[in-house]
Amino acid sequence: MDADALLLSRIQFAFTVSFHIVFPSFTIGLAAWLATLEGLSRATGNGLYRRLFDFWVKVFAVAFGMGVVSGIVMAFQFGTNWSELAHRMGSIQGPLLGYEAYTAFLLEATFLGVVLFGRSRVPPWAYLASCCLVALGTTLSAFWIMANNTWMQVPVGYEVIDGRYVPTDWWSIVASEVAWIRFAHMLLACYLTTAFCVAATGAWYLLRRVHVEEAKRMLDMGLGLAAVLIPAQIAFGHLNGAYTAEHQVSKFTAIEGRWQTEEPARLILFAWPDEANERNLYEVAIPRLGSFVDDGTFTSREPGIVTVPLDERPPVLIPFFSFRIMVGLGLLMLAVSWGGMLLRRHGWERVPRAFLWLTFLSFPSGFIAVLTGWFTAEVGRQPWIVFGLLRTADAVTPTLSAAEAAVSLAVFVAVYTLIFSAGTFYIYRLLRTGPDSPPASERGVTALRPMAASGPSPQARTQHGARAER
Amino acid sequence: MTLAEIWALLIGGAALLYVMLDGFDLGIGILFGTTRDEDFRRTMMSAIAPVWDGNETWLIFVAASLYGCFPMVYAILLPAFYLPATLLLVGLILRGVAFEFREKTRRLRPVWDVGFSLGSLLAAFVQGAAIGAMVDGLAVEKGRFVGGPFDWLTPFALACGVGLVIGYALIGATWLVLKTEGALRSWAYERILPLAALLLLFLAIALAYALTSSLAVMDRWLDRPWMLVFPGIGALATVGLLAGVRRRVDGLPFAMAALIFLAAFGTMAGSFWPYLIPFSVTIADGAAAPSSLRFLFYGAGLFVTPVILAYTVAVYWIFRGKVRPEQTYHGRG
Repeated sequence: MDADALLLSRIQFAFTVSFHIVFPSFTIGLAAWLATLEGLSRATGNGLYRRLFDFWVKVFAVAFGMGVVSGIVMAFQFGTNWSELAHRMGSIQGPLLGYEAYTAFLLEATFLGVVLFGRSRVPPWAYLASCCLVALGTTLSAFWIMANNTWMQVPVGYEVIDGRYVPTDWWSIVASEVAWIRFAHMLLACYLTTAFCVAATGAWYLLRRVHVEEAKRMLDMGLGLAAVLIPAQIAFGHLNGAYTAEHQVSKFTAIEGRWQTEEPARLILFAWPDEANERNLYEVAIPRLGSFVDDGTFTSREPGIVTVPLDERPPVLIPFFSFRIMVGLGLLMLAVSWGGMLLRRHGWERVPRAFLWLTFLSFPSGFIAVLTGWFTAEVGRQPWIVFGLLRTADAVTPTLSAAEAAVSLAVFVAVYTLIFSAGTFYIYRLLRTGPDSPPASERGVTALRPMAASGPSPQARTQHGARAER
Repeated sequence: MTLAEIWALLIGGAALLYVMLDGFDLGIGILFGTTRDEDFRRTMMSAIAPVWDGNETWLIFVAASLYGCFPMVYAILLPAFYLPATLLLVGLILRGVAFEFREKTRRLRPVWDVGFSLGSLLAAFVQGAAIGAMVDGLAVEKGRFVGGPFDWLTPFALACGVGLVIGYALIGATWLVLKTEGALRSWAYERILPLAALLLLFLAIALAYALTSSLAVMDRWLDRPWMLVFPGIGALATVGLLAGVRRRVDGLPFAMAALIFLAAFGTMAGSFWPYLIPFSVTIADGAAAPSSLRFLFYGAGLFVTPVILAYTVAVYWIFRGKVRPEQTYHGRG
């Protein structure tokens, strides 16, 4: 095995998977949001929902495309760079990924065609059904990925035959409580990510005094959903912590940043972990609260990092800080969504602009929380690729050379930089332009549309111009 | 028949479906690079826009099934094809984003157009090259790949890369004939015969090469004379293709091109059965644990796959007929 090939493969996987997860986190929520809008549009006949749908489906198309192309890379990397993982764990992880392809990928990809291009070709009920099937596909995809990743965190239901891991109990693998907790945690994270993007877009329009009707509905729906989901997310986050404490002491103690076993344990809010000397610098801690968070009592004994053998410890810094960033963003989302629900009682027109700015600027909070949550889970699992069974260093493709790994990494970085910049810019431009104006017949109904009623924005005009020139 | 053999057939069927379906949209990507006419280009995009994503997903179906049912094979092939797999992914990324991106810009459209045609070309080429390299044989010991990064780069593999590019361009042209009208339809008709001639020439050379270079393949043909049925199907399909082009029966060329792909695929699969990697790993060697094969078969094999096929047919039915001239991307405009 080539040490550089291992390091480069790890960097490549971290880079490609981090890039990838941004898009599913957004589109899993968007697919559900679109299905909701289409359902509301059908149920109420209100043209507002249709305009919101037509607008967000354009954003969805770009984001989904980027998610698809970056996702294909993932399916191949298990073989190209981690062939020992595939060789040894394939009988368990392969079928889980297989079910993702069978039940999710084909479903979402096929019906996406209908959603994007088929409105005039199918009856309205079939169109709504297609929206729901795309949403179902994205949700199932998340389920299988979480089942697979959970098996890497807490492997169960297997036996070892000739160095290969063979499933003995599929039920315990697929229906493990840990997998369902983590699935819910991820799904809620996706919905929150999308809810904040939708709400931030609404806040942006209100700040610019354009698309006012749409903006208010987006704020209502985005922040309203977030206000309901955030407490549930915090509860599931806690359950996630409980499983980690039970099954992954090495990850758990790194997250807590507690070097020595304590009784009762403190809760460390902030510190700079000094791994060389097994201590924290600049520590800010609250006595006894660590025991309470972990165990529900103020007296329990909680283990420290030193209880884990040196060669089985993850790097402390990354899980420690990324966990705190995730939790901090969760609290921010709680404050913004509940604040919004309080402030909106007198109408969005009277909400202070500072709050709209706060909502607008919190658009990346969901994305960053998802990424840091995954950093915590994945870096915290190190040095294992499958916890307790197979080390990351032993999973890399034996024949892989550093040169090959360097070439593929350079190629992926170059291509992803190109498509990520372009895709983000196109999504930004779509969002800036906003929904189409309502037809003249509807315009009288809404008094508060000074800009939107004056016609399309300059951007929309250039696009129309471009179309006419062709 | 064992479950592993059933899965080998299923995966083979899915691979054939992938080659036919993504084949025509990759082929249109290749043809896209040979014209500068913006009307042609837009219509080409419209002819595949609703279905390309589903088509490409059959590749994931194949890769994931291989991982699930034959993890050893998956863990041999991908390291052996490390660089081609990277190129394939880059090609698929560049062509995949082009569908949306080229509609979002005028200044950068040439960039995404080049990405679309070169990405399609690259993806087609490395798929063909990988098949060729497998026919030439891979260095496998104790269930693991033990060769070097450029082992796949043989003259025969390069020829197969070119051959598959031609094949995809052919089936792409037949799809255009089926889905378009007017000048583009005539343009596509003109390209079918030269492409078909090149493809048949390539297939004949490839078959002769495989028979003469490998005694094992020759033995199989002597053992299994019924395999001649596949080249026979290919010959009949070629006649049908010619007739379809001459009489301008728009649906016939695509069906016949798909049959030619079936014939070529059957010829190859028959030459190697029961080897998944010729001639080192058999279906039985490479199979996952029986509990994995059962878990996959009684869920995905028996129930999910028929549902997938049903809705795939339904969506193709929804988008049947010629591309509507007024229909621009996303039905907007």
